[in-house]
Amino acid sequence: MARAFTPKVVTANDLLEGDVIYQTEDDRWSRELSEAELITDEAHAQVRLLDASRQANKIVGAYLADAVAGDNGPEPTHFREDFRRTGPSNYAHGKQETSTQPRA
Amino acid sequence: MYRYSEFDTAFLAERNAQFRAQVERRIDGSLTEDEFKPLRLMNGLYLQLHAYMLRVAIPYGTLSSAQMRQLALLAEKWDKGYGHFTTRQNIQYNWPKLNDVPDMLDALAEVGMHAIQTSGNTIRNVTADHFAGAAADEVADPRPYAELLRQWSTDHPEFQFMPRKFKIAITGSENDRAVIKAHDIGLQLVERDGVLGARVIVGGGLGRTPMIGKELSEFVAFDDLLAYLEATVSVWNQIGRRDNKYKARIKITVHEHGIDAIRAKVNERFLKVRPQFKGADMNLLEEIKGHFAPPTFREASVASFESAYTNDPVFRSWVDTNIAPHKNADHAIVTISIKKHGQTPGDATAEQMRVMADLAEEFAYDELRISHEQNVILPHVHKSDLPAIHAKLKEYELATANIGLISDIIACPGMDYCALATARSIPVAQEIATRFDDLKLEHDIGHLKIKISGCINACGHHHVGHIGILGLDRAGVENYQITLGGDATETAAVGDRTGPGFAYDEIVPAIERIVDTYLTQRDSAEETFLETYRRVGMAPFKAALYPEAQANAA
Repeated sequence: MARAFTPKVVTANDLLEGDVIYQTEDDRWSRELSEAELITDEAHAQVRLLDASRQANKIVGAYLADAVAGDNGPEPTHFREDFRRTGPSNYAHGKQETSTQPRA
Repeated sequence: MYRYSEFDTAFLAERNAQFRAQVERRIDGSLTEDEFKPLRLMNGLYLQLHAYMLRVAIPYGTLSSAQMRQLALLAEKWDKGYGHFTTRQNIQYNWPKLNDVPDMLDALAEVGMHAIQTSGNTIRNVTADHFAGAAADEVADPRPYAELLRQWSTDHPEFQFMPRKFKIAITGSENDRAVIKAHDIGLQLVERDGVLGARVIVGGGLGRTPMIGKELSEFVAFDDLLAYLEATVSVWNQIGRRDNKYKARIKITVHEHGIDAIRAKVNERFLKVRPQFKGADMNLLEEIKGHFAPPTFREASVASFESAYTNDPVFRSWVDTNIAPHKNADHAIVTISIKKHGQTPGDATAEQMRVMADLAEEFAYDELRISHEQNVILPHVHKSDLPAIHAKLKEYELATANIGLISDIIACPGMDYCALATARSIPVAQEIATRFDDLKLEHDIGHLKIKISGCINACGHHHVGHIGILGLDRAGVENYQITLGGDATETAAVGDRTGPGFAYDEIVPAIERIVDTYLTQRDSAEETFLETYRRVGMAPFKAALYPEAQANAA
């Protein structure tokens, strides 16, 4: 028996800034996990990952990350993804600074 | 200080121009990431958790004030105003943008610096004793030889596609401050019958399979050393395992074949390689030595130093902790702690870098060093200048008197930055330092090295920490394993695991229990943590860490 599919988001890094970004349902890249498209169907997840991988001139290293539905959009299930959406804990740098949308 | 030749300058300019064009082709879509990645890594550019990271080599940890100022400029102009000094005497910038990196590399080239071979399966930045050229206990300054190795290994055609990365460390002293036994090759300069050469250690390394290096040769004369090293790397390049990256380092090759078999192969290869070295390397070494001629040490009274030492307790505490003996009795080696309690180990702001550069220029014959322990060193300081240096350092939060103490922690960037990490290291280091500062116990505890890695690759050298901490991901939660009794010096040893790991909020209390146990067990204030551990063994520490297990066993 294959393991049951758990919900995912498509995430990557912005090519120029390196910042963590998430694929939205309307095909944008957002800096905020809460705006990501939460994918609950495995076949759809593969299609969305392919969509992302085609944008090699905007993004780097797209992959599917586990997430769950929260009150304000997707939430991470693992602490690594929690750090990725937040930024480092020793300085208020990265996403903890005043946000600007990525260029991708 | 080594000064670039026309060849060096032209080589670097060409490499930087090539990389600029490669970045342009990546951005315009002509190169895919799969094509671009090996090219950027060759030039020290990683993609980490939140951003790109540029790793700049500081060859054998030596910097001039002009180079330090340029590092400050990079931090300010293209990063977030700081840089991170690493356990390999490199500096890392955590926030560069892809299209700025070619400008950063050009700016580095202006002061004879680069990021070449700070990544990839090549011979990496050669590290050296950070007291080189100044230490009282040194046979010879190892840096001219380290520079020769840098030139030999840079773009060496035979060594660009090796089984794995390769790290060389070199020291001129019996007291090992360069951790030579935890490197692929460790070199200790020794003199025999008036001939200078090196003892060659091979197959040390930390990471997944920690190994203490073994002696490949007790003495190789300088005339033969480069040929001997080429033979050694070449033997491994041929028989090292390429089937499994976890078994590819030379430590595994040495372990699988045995040191005697490796020595026989190296000797055989050496006979073939040796005739190719016709003495040009020795001529070059002579020339390089001229670049590292010691400064003319000034002569002056040390009365002002002695008076400050007697009258100012804060200065005295700093001198007792942060100053090491210099080969010239009126001089001293100053270690500047960039680990103020609660700060990130190894981070310096652009302003702090400039202050240290200014001090080097004014008082320290224009020289600075970066240590693998993530501090900055002024290697040559006349003692009468120490009070002025200390006063200036205080103004910029650089006067912490904690070298060799519990808050002088080595920590890798961990999951706050690193894409490979399995847990955080920096906040653990910050909290341990803050906790023991609050307890005001640091100086009473004395010499104690804590080293923290955020994954099994062990950039934080946890295996050789007196107390080592390894952060892991256990079922989706950060978990920290502790080792005790590790040693990074000439008596190198890999620490022993205490037992099950501790959760993030349990790790600092666990360290406190270990330290309490040491304070109870030591036979006098002079017995260090490591000495006590070697005398009493693991049992009392285990009892303090795992009281439930003891109760169950009773």
